[in-house]
Amino acid sequence: MLSKPVFGYAKPKFSYELLSTAFPRPVTVPRPAQATLLLPREIGPAPSTKLKVGTRVLTGQRLTWDDGPGPSVISSFTGKISAVAPQLGDYGRKYTAITIATENRDEWDGAFAQACGQINLATLADYLSGAPGAPPLAKLVSPQKPIDTIVIYGGDTDLLVDSNLYVLKTRTDAVEKGIHVLKEATGIEKIILAVPGESFQNFDGHFAADVRSVPNSYPSAQPLMLFYQIFGRILNQGQSFENQGVLFMRAEAVAAIGAAVASRQVAVEKVLTVLDKQGNKHMVSARIGTPIGSILQTLGITLEDRDRLIFGGPMTGTAVYSEEQPVQADTDAIMVQAAAEIILSSDYPCINCGECVRICPSHIAVNMLVRFLEAGQYQEGADLYDLYSCVECGLCSMVCVSRMPILQYIKLAKYELARTVPAEEANE
Amino acid sequence: MNNAKKLLVSHAPFWHIGSAVPERHYNTIIAALPAVLMGISVFGVPALAVICLSVSSAVGWELLITRLSKRPNTVGDGNAALIGLLFGMLLPATATWWLVITGTFVAILIGKQIFGGIGGNPFNPAVLAYAIVRISWKNYFDIDAQLLNIDFAFPAFNPLVALKAFGPDAISQLNLGDLLIGHQIGGIGAVSGLAIIVGGVYLIARGFVRWEIPLAFIAGLFITAGIFHIVDPSRYAGPIFHLVAGYTLLGAFFLAPEDSSSPVNAIPMLLYGAMGGLMTMLIRNIGAYPDGVIYAILVINLINPLLDKIRPKALGKAA
Repeated sequence: MLSKPVFGYAKPKFSYELLSTAFPRPVTVPRPAQATLLLPREIGPAPSTKLKVGTRVLTGQRLTWDDGPGPSVISSFTGKISAVAPQLGDYGRKYTAITIATENRDEWDGAFAQACGQINLATLADYLSGAPGAPPLAKLVSPQKPIDTIVIYGGDTDLLVDSNLYVLKTRTDAVEKGIHVLKEATGIEKIILAVPGESFQNFDGHFAADVRSVPNSYPSAQPLMLFYQIFGRILNQGQSFENQGVLFMRAEAVAAIGAAVASRQVAVEKVLTVLDKQGNKHMVSARIGTPIGSILQTLGITLEDRDRLIFGGPMTGTAVYSEEQPVQADTDAIMVQAAAEIILSSDYPCINCGECVRICPSHIAVNMLVRFLEAGQYQEGADLYDLYSCVECGLCSMVCVSRMPILQYIKLAKYELARTVPAEEANE
Repeated sequence: MNNAKKLLVSHAPFWHIGSAVPERHYNTIIAALPAVLMGISVFGVPALAVICLSVSSAVGWELLITRLSKRPNTVGDGNAALIGLLFGMLLPATATWWLVITGTFVAILIGKQIFGGIGGNPFNPAVLAYAIVRISWKNYFDIDAQLLNIDFAFPAFNPLVALKAFGPDAISQLNLGDLLIGHQIGGIGAVSGLAIIVGGVYLIARGFVRWEIPLAFIAGLFITAGIFHIVDPSRYAGPIFHLVAGYTLLGAFFLAPEDSSSPVNAIPMLLYGAMGGLMTMLIRNIGAYPDGVIYAILVINLINPLLDKIRPKALGKAA
């Protein structure tokens, strides 16, 4: 467990996983009896007949709410739909959870194989948006501002996680194929592949992409930090990667695109890093939609009351409330923390010790910023104390003597400010 | 999976290095103990009584005020005890009971709670309280008169007062090494510079106090005192004397680096400390008071918000 050293003068420093020795062999999670797919839209009126409870779906079948265009999810199992229910995600994102009682044999849906006869972006977006790594292809289809650069990151964004780097290193061919497919389908010539510095030489010049090296120290691989390192600027208020003409994609997503086009089958299996209570690491391979419970069962990890179950890594992950939550396309790690290991945040005020200021990779006056954010003065925080320089790495919260949830304040502030901007634009 | 476990949900990050507010304050208290023990060994039981009353009354006021203002009870974080201890360390061993209790009341209420409690205080509460009671009842702080009835094994006069009144000749027979060990009269916790340094080094090594402030404070005082001394040695005492006499070391290691009222960035911390040393020497050499540490610290507390505007450019902000 992590703790402050007795001679607490040096800053804690963290490095990403490098996978420089032997590759772990992923443990395959057996097919669960039930799987849940999350359709990224809220439950609406008049569902498609294909979504009725009791309907049989095939592996690789594209499911939409109403047979028209719109958000879709690819079934990763063959089986009967046993329930359709609303589900609420982080920051109010709405989903429709489709539960499938799985069958033991896969029966593949042929629609994608037919559709990818000639590669076009709409087909890719329709079938591969929910592929492992969650390629954000929909953002390429009809962007308000055209995307001119795709940044593929080959490492992992959080500590202890090595799913993405594993894919890059073991499935290099698929990544390469994916880059070609992307170039062909989108016409975007500028593709940057950012890799951890240590593996830079292995990749430089081997890809049809501009390979860049990223330092191995946390938080160099945070998307916002990557954006700054590559483009030398930050995302200001009201800006997003997309309206800056940049699209971030993970190596896993690119590999999924490459593999899907090559094999004419949508990939439904993804690799995950599982961090157990003892801090051991397991690599598993599971289908999207598998409940976390099945994965934990396979690895022999048991949960107790007041344990914490996290999607993602220790610094930027998301805690979930139930082990029935399914693996999603962008889930690259599952972390389990024992109740005794958990240090909860408190409502104590900032005592101005300055630890956060000294550890902040963005040089933000966190002690001042947090005073504004605590008071709900988000705009002042943005104007006076560099809210938008934050790369959301969580180091400040981790060292906070008062144990303030600083990262939560920051993300809430950005979220609230982002909500007000469209409202203002609508009034103009 | 019907036996659903009740899992804990919270926001990222899910790691914490385990530091906490009480740990910080209790360690500062531990670091101050050697100096307190030296004071008790010099002044005897009266000093112990003052320290005990100061700590307990500060804790009592904290409890009472948080109770009355319906705020969470923060006694357990050790901050009130620390303020009481530091205030007691500043007092002479002869301080009467009502002086101590009034002082801790001022420290806890005016020094801290009216600004919203811990982290909100613009001044070091112990220093502010000392300044207020010092001005209000100055006879009680005439240490030479107060300690008249106690016999000491060393020249028993307040070196800074003697210096102010009679010039450097009056203190020429004092051995600076003796002063450092604790053979001087003054505030209970301020007599032994050596014990304070031991505590201060502990705090710096553990990371509870940054080295910048104490070191800059001492350097600022040393350089300013040196300049005065070089210009006119017959009127101004040397820098080493000023370092070991009065509240200098206590101020540098325990009072100036107080979290809430001191800066957090490197350059502001250095400026803050150096300015404290400079102000101390200006008050001692050309001001009205024999010891300037208390007022110097109040002055640097006051400029702290301005100093912390000197900060590195945040990521992506144009220079």
